[in-house]
Amino acid sequence: MTSPALSTSSSSSDNGSAIAELLQETFALTRRLFLQLQRRPSTLVAGVLQPLIWLVLFGALFSRAPEGLLPGGMSYGRFLGAGVIVFTAFSAALNAGLPVMFDREFGFLNRLLVAPLRSRSSIVLASVIYITTLSLVQSLAIMLTASLLGYGWPGAAGLLLVMVTLLLLGFAVTALSLGLAFALPGHIELIAVIFVANLPLLFASTALAPLSFMPPWLGWLAALNPLTFAIEPIRAAYAGPLDLSSVLLEAPYGSVTGTTCLLVLSLLTAALFLLIRPLLNRKLA
Amino acid sequence: MSLLELDQLEKSYGAVSALNGLSLSVPSGCLYGLLGPNGAGKTTALRILATLLAPDRGRVVVAGVDALQEPRTVRQLMGYVAQEVAIDKILTGRELLALQGDLYHLQRQHRNRRIDQLVDRMSMGDWIDRRCGTYSGGMRRRLDLASGLLHQPQLLVLDEPTVGLDIESRAVIWEVLRDLRDQGTTILLSSHYLEEVEALADRMAIIDAGQVIAEGAPEALKQQLGGDRVTLRVREFSDQPEAERVRQLLEVVDGVRRIVINRAQGYSLNLVVDGEHVLATLKQRLAVENLDVFSLSQSRPSLDDVYLQATGRTLMDAELAVAGQRDPKQERRQSMR
Repeated sequence: MTSPALSTSSSSSDNGSAIAELLQETFALTRRLFLQLQRRPSTLVAGVLQPLIWLVLFGALFSRAPEGLLPGGMSYGRFLGAGVIVFTAFSAALNAGLPVMFDREFGFLNRLLVAPLRSRSSIVLASVIYITTLSLVQSLAIMLTASLLGYGWPGAAGLLLVMVTLLLLGFAVTALSLGLAFALPGHIELIAVIFVANLPLLFASTALAPLSFMPPWLGWLAALNPLTFAIEPIRAAYAGPLDLSSVLLEAPYGSVTGTTCLLVLSLLTAALFLLIRPLLNRKLA
Repeated sequence: MSLLELDQLEKSYGAVSALNGLSLSVPSGCLYGLLGPNGAGKTTALRILATLLAPDRGRVVVAGVDALQEPRTVRQLMGYVAQEVAIDKILTGRELLALQGDLYHLQRQHRNRRIDQLVDRMSMGDWIDRRCGTYSGGMRRRLDLASGLLHQPQLLVLDEPTVGLDIESRAVIWEVLRDLRDQGTTILLSSHYLEEVEALADRMAIIDAGQVIAEGAPEALKQQLGGDRVTLRVREFSDQPEAERVRQLLEVVDGVRRIVINRAQGYSLNLVVDGEHVLATLKQRLAVENLDVFSLSQSRPSLDDVYLQATGRTLMDAELAVAGQRDPKQERRQSMR
């Protein structure tokens, strides 16, 4: 062992710029999450398998729905595809808080907090990078499978819209989940909230059925549900040439265009990050 | 010159106060022991020092830097090895050390060199590339000590470093700590093992109920106490009346300071005497009364005696007193963010 330098550690902070340090710590924390995923891939597999089962079973269930029932004479499988893609990304992002919660509970977070991190947002940032990548990979896997099942594939511009939409929804839900991971007392409570939130949000959206099928009260819920604002642009991207200014949804409160959808998702993301910021600042102070 | 100053620290968890004006001064290059029973406030004090916990009142200064105002600088100066080792079971020991090195912003080459050095120094080569989930308690402790040392801190803080460890791991850790001290690192360790503090510490503080109640070099503390300890049995298993009688008989002997009847050890008598010469007088006195001496042993005062003198109870009794009162759930919540 070399003698411990009395003038602090020899090759650390002083010469390195703040940004380089921030990148180094964020990269190291992100790498840890991906190493975990690589050695315990069940999260990844289950995250693809579940929506796949939805797609196949639900698609089959309504495959004999009368022609012309859905807007634009779309087949049910095609209709459902957009819903399942969004559901995949949504579920993945909803789980973002779990690793953080386990780190809190098992004291690993304390190990991170004892270190002279340049900014403790690197802990949050690593989670966001990890979960965003994971959810995009899972969504792409679902999209590929759906196209193999004959449910189509969006064009290049459409694909871009799909990715942007999923990213926006993913950020918003990740923020929510990370907030919960710091607000709730333990993983049991967090899993309970995830469990309760997951399916009802799916049912009360336009993932499984169009707004016109729903009784007015449910229609209102679905038209306010953030998932709907992600599903409709993706459905449109699958349906044909991209036009963000066209009306995608006849909501009880008025017509909603593609631009409105993206705007709502952006505002939601911004609002949620602002909302959880004081909490994270307090918990990581 | 002192490297670390804790000044009048106070901390309460709800109605329970853990620290009641704890003050401590650790000289540079010193291996300093914090001795006290479980629940005395050792861990709370160290968590405050590690910037994990804010005190209600008081000041923490490390190498002239105020830890409450510039926590990041202090974190850089300090290596902290917590009591409950938090480990990522999926990573290998080497990956965990690499992560740690990146959190302290070591350059990659330097980081890897340091890891190799520490793996070698702590004999971790055989298992460092296996996943942490497979490690024994001793391996985890060694790994954790290594991660605390990776960035070559000026001050190393360890909370109960060898609690529940096998002898080999304990020996390795003690040796590393001594070497570090010899090379100039200041070390603060808490322990409720008397022999650990006795074997390692240059200076020590006894902590009870969130306060320092005695402070100094272990040898000096024992000498200050003065006197010899004598354990006397007139029969292998005596009884209360007999023990009382012997006590009254010997209490008046010149040079006897105090006699305590130890019920737990067959009513033997524990005496504090001025020196070896008193023993002869004791034997004489017993012979006059026709009392046999089954056994008579004499020893220098131990740290346990120092503890007894300072708190009025033995360390063992203090441990037993809090043993049933601790609430692990509550304690985990306190340590959770």
